[in-house]
Amino acid sequence: MPWDRNQMAERAAQELEDGMYVNLGIGIPTLVANYVGDKDITLQSENGMLGMGPFPFEGEEDPDLINAGKQTITEMDRTAYFDSAQSFGMIRGGKIAAAILGAMEVAENGDLANWMIPGKLVKGMGGAMDLVAGVGRVVVVMDHTNKHGASKVLKECTLPLTGAGVVDLIISNLGVLEVVEGGLRIVETAPDVTEDDIRAATEATIL
Amino acid sequence: MKKIYANATEALDGLLRDDMLIAAGGFGLCGIPERLLEAIKESGVKDLTFASNNAGVDDFGIGILLQTRQVKKMMSSYVGENDEFMRQYLAGELEIEFNPQGTLAERMRAGGCGIPGFYTKTGVGTQVAEGKELKDFDGETYVLEEGIFADLSIVKAWKADETGNAIFRKTARNFNPPAAMCGKVCVMEVEEIVPTGSLDPDHIHLPGIYVHRLIQGEHEKRIEQRTVRQKEGA
Repeated sequence: MPWDRNQMAERAAQELEDGMYVNLGIGIPTLVANYVGDKDITLQSENGMLGMGPFPFEGEEDPDLINAGKQTITEMDRTAYFDSAQSFGMIRGGKIAAAILGAMEVAENGDLANWMIPGKLVKGMGGAMDLVAGVGRVVVVMDHTNKHGASKVLKECTLPLTGAGVVDLIISNLGVLEVVEGGLRIVETAPDVTEDDIRAATEATIL
Repeated sequence: MKKIYANATEALDGLLRDDMLIAAGGFGLCGIPERLLEAIKESGVKDLTFASNNAGVDDFGIGILLQTRQVKKMMSSYVGENDEFMRQYLAGELEIEFNPQGTLAERMRAGGCGIPGFYTKTGVGTQVAEGKELKDFDGETYVLEEGIFADLSIVKAWKADETGNAIFRKTARNFNPPAAMCGKVCVMEVEEIVPTGSLDPDHIHLPGIYVHRLIQGEHEKRIEQRTVRQKEGA
């Protein structure tokens, strides 16, 4: 059976190692925080915070304390605040070990598209281009196919890129694929999903 | 050296003109210069270009200047929360220059530091790099981005002393320091002006050298996405 959202997040959490500073995107990536277990992980929020805590209890919301999705959050003992230039300095400077984020399309060479669809409303890239260009490792978590059944794992992206050759690992509902020289390599399949199932749902070259 | 003004309108007196570039602090609705944006609206100045990460919501933040059609162009990274913005944008009435968020922050910081351009990996191989100079360093390709030199900076801090030494609170700091740095003139609004000497010099986030005019104001501090968790057993 393919993984559901929470199972994909749980699998993505396995990619995190003790001591890492990590940036989690909006959507399924946010759920990854629920599965880090005993690992000592520090979450970065690119609007200017390391050590992001959980949502506040009702009545304890602070308008001066939000995450990059503009949601109210809390601080932790280890929390540090800084301005946006320093925040992206640590991202661009390669200090953040990993980013886990969603995607519309990923190509076999690691190209990533997740910020705009031509002809549709364009809201902007936010910090996604900086993150994928700067962090140590980029892990994409997404459904393997779109709602029409077409593959989102392609030979070449059709949508405008967020970053060129930036993706290291794809965790989809069908399994885990690594971006390597010449294409993608299947690392793992979801329970009862075969490698052939993944190949059938993938346009990209699988080695 | 008198930096303290009675209100936002007085603090902006003589600084506003049509067709100017204003750098504004804030992320979403967090840490935005509420009083100064209202005073700019009341001034009626128009054809403004804003370097600001976001464009507010319909009735708050920069959104209030979109309603009155005072904004010509936005330099932003994300503008998704504003219906009026989208309407004007799709109708071709409003220009937008999308900047990756970190590139926007660094463009402000660079401008404030007298750096007219810098190379970054961000956006290489994407639309953002089209038409810009590329250069290889150590086998990796970078794109040239330009510093922002704004006519005016409007920012919000938590506390400042009478000389403008400022402290921000939590994630309300965000774009405020880089935005403050990149303007020819910077006007700052704070929740509290405290006597000079009462802030620990080691705790200053933004030195007063960057702040030319200062006001104390009341702030609504609206929350954009109120998210909470349940107490266990509740």
